[in-house]
Amino acid sequence: MTASGVIDRAGLDELIAALRNGGYTTIGPTIREGAIVYNEISGTSDLPVGWTDQQAPGGYRLEHLGDGRMFGYVVGPQSWKRFLYPQRNVIWSGVVTADGWETVTPPEPPTYAFIGVRGCELAAIAVQDRVFLAAGDRAADPSYAARREGAFIVAVNCADPGANCFCTSMGTGPVAGPGHDLVLTETVTDDGVVLLAESGSARGDALLASLAAMRPAEIADRERAAETMAAAQATVPHSMDTTDIHDLLLGNLEHPHWEAVAARCLGCANCTMVCPTCFCGTVTDELELDGGGARRVRSWDSCFTLEFSYIHGGSIRQAGSARYRQWLTHKLASWFDQFGTSGCVGCGRCITWCPVGIDLTAEVAAIRASDLRPAVPVAADGTEVNL
Amino acid sequence: MAVQSPLTRKPTLAVFKFASCDGCQLSLLDAEDELLAVAEVVDIANFLEASREVRPGPYDVTLVEGSITTPHDAARIRRVREESKFLVTIGACATAGGIQALRNWKDVNEFTAFVYANSEYIETLDRSTPVSFHVPVDFELRGCPISKTQLLEVVTAFLQGRRPNIPTYSVCVECKHRGTTCVMVAHGTPCLGPVTQAGCGAICPAYNRGCYGCFGPMEEPNTAALSAWWKSLGVDDRGLVDAYRGFNAWAAAFREASDRHEAAITVRGASA
Ligand code: SF4
Ligand code: SF4
Ligand code: SF4
Ligand code: SF4
Repeated sequence: MTASGVIDRAGLDELIAALRNGGYTTIGPTIREGAIVYNEISGTSDLPVGWTDQQAPGGYRLEHLGDGRMFGYVVGPQSWKRFLYPQRNVIWSGVVTADGWETVTPPEPPTYAFIGVRGCELAAIAVQDRVFLAAGDRAADPSYAARREGAFIVAVNCADPGANCFCTSMGTGPVAGPGHDLVLTETVTDDGVVLLAESGSARGDALLASLAAMRPAEIADRERAAETMAAAQATVPHSMDTTDIHDLLLGNLEHPHWEAVAARCLGCANCTMVCPTCFCGTVTDELELDGGGARRVRSWDSCFTLEFSYIHGGSIRQAGSARYRQWLTHKLASWFDQFGTSGCVGCGRCITWCPVGIDLTAEVAAIRASDLRPAVPVAADGTEVNL
Repeated sequence: MAVQSPLTRKPTLAVFKFASCDGCQLSLLDAEDELLAVAEVVDIANFLEASREVRPGPYDVTLVEGSITTPHDAARIRRVREESKFLVTIGACATAGGIQALRNWKDVNEFTAFVYANSEYIETLDRSTPVSFHVPVDFELRGCPISKTQLLEVVTAFLQGRRPNIPTYSVCVECKHRGTTCVMVAHGTPCLGPVTQAGCGAICPAYNRGCYGCFGPMEEPNTAALSAWWKSLGVDDRGLVDAYRGFNAWAAAFREASDRHEAAITVRGASA
């Protein structure tokens, strides 16, 4: 049986301190510029204690509840991708020497502990693992692997799903799935805010066992956590019908709705930047003016830019409709062919952080409502007729 | 070991100024450390901000700052072009006409009569136009002012005989790279970032301001969609005209957007 127990805010402080003493760089949610973003934290005083977020398509506001909860909000504009797959990363560099040149060994990335990883985010990390880590005939990406391998993950179950969350449709939340070392469920009792901590790995077991401030979980603690999460599960506000979604989208490549979206879409690329699974990067070589050194840099790119599909003579996806279609069909359809999974985990970031509030679930629904695929003849007994 | 330049001798570099504030040239001076490196690999033949020495052309690379606003300058830019193998315009003035292109919507004679005691001595064109309106340009570097990093990239790329790596996507991409929270989404502050070309590093949103469009229109600007959203944030047609008519007012996409909103004011004004 996995280790578990109940801690309060002081217990979480002890837990964070233990991770830091263990050599981890602890990253967690914190408030900056009116949003909850991920940054280094050294204790619970860095967390958005008592704050929540109100999200809408193209809208985000923080609200102070003062309820003492440490995790009473959902995901913000950033994701853990920022740490595992940095937006600008020197993947090779070298300098000219007296008798040739030599490679500069890059500094070791820190060993991260991520505090407050949500169910959809665990799923997103698993999706990027499929992209970047070795599988079948694919080689591992050394930069991602180095950051990912030692990372310690403290997950949190979402008690208050946000307005744009559709994790239940994607099967990723609000209860955190596998892939964590510890998972916390936050509830409010007469004695204040408590966290049910359950381990998901041997490292998690060891950490919990080391906490002086932890008391054993009682049946009442488990029941309260289960009730909280059952209520959360029932209230996830947003949804997307994913029935047959692969064939629906790939069978409607010429649908006029792509043009309708393009009229509203800015082609700004915010959706791909905030999406925790989008992995596209561009590689540039930087050579110093005097030729004394060179760097190869990988930075986040997006299928919304013209350069992205540039081949000799021009860009393949000139029209905004072609670029929006690339994003949506990759996320929700061709990702299955490429990686055997959906490229969308239902986190809602692309809806909230689209500066003009374009909601991918609404665009899918619009296409579904006027599906242009030729109808398959159906026999009287309901089976499809093969012509 | 120096990189193999396409030339066998040190290439010559010249800087010329037209109607402008000198801010872009100052970006080059600002690049103190890098400027020394530049001076090692190029022969600076004309750069009045830095040295009084002026050597005659032809020049291998010429940086042109400023827009064309007088008949004299219209003739001078032709001579500069003739003397230059690779001509780069630097900044919003040279590339789009600059803030002084606001005159393009007015009668310039009214301004000169108002400003100068004897305006009959003022010989000026009725419009402020970008360099590319007069002569062919090899590369246009955006910004008000330009980014010194981008300027060094253009010079380095020229010396190394490759295409400069200057992205044409939106400011939003840089804003997200920087990790800045979107001011439009999180604060309701109107921002021109989605229709503006990257290059500044998304400075304004990092200081809780909306983007002012200093780097001009991005590759495929959808001004109509952005304007519609700004209206939902409470900005009217007058405000939109003012927003698009900034340092890059005369750049086609911003000019057209501002004209659309101005027409909307006129129509509503007429029907009122
Ligand atoms: S596509 Fe949108 S909702 Fe889906 S994972 Fe990406 S950002 Fe989240
Ligand atoms: S949606 Fe676009 S940016 Fe995202 S992974 Fe696919 S191609 Fe890349
Ligand atoms: S869908 Fe929204 S965020 Fe994505 S490119 Fe279009 S306007 Fe930008
Ligand atoms: S603040 Fe402006 S530039 Fe930054 S993402 Fe938002 S709209 Fe784009």
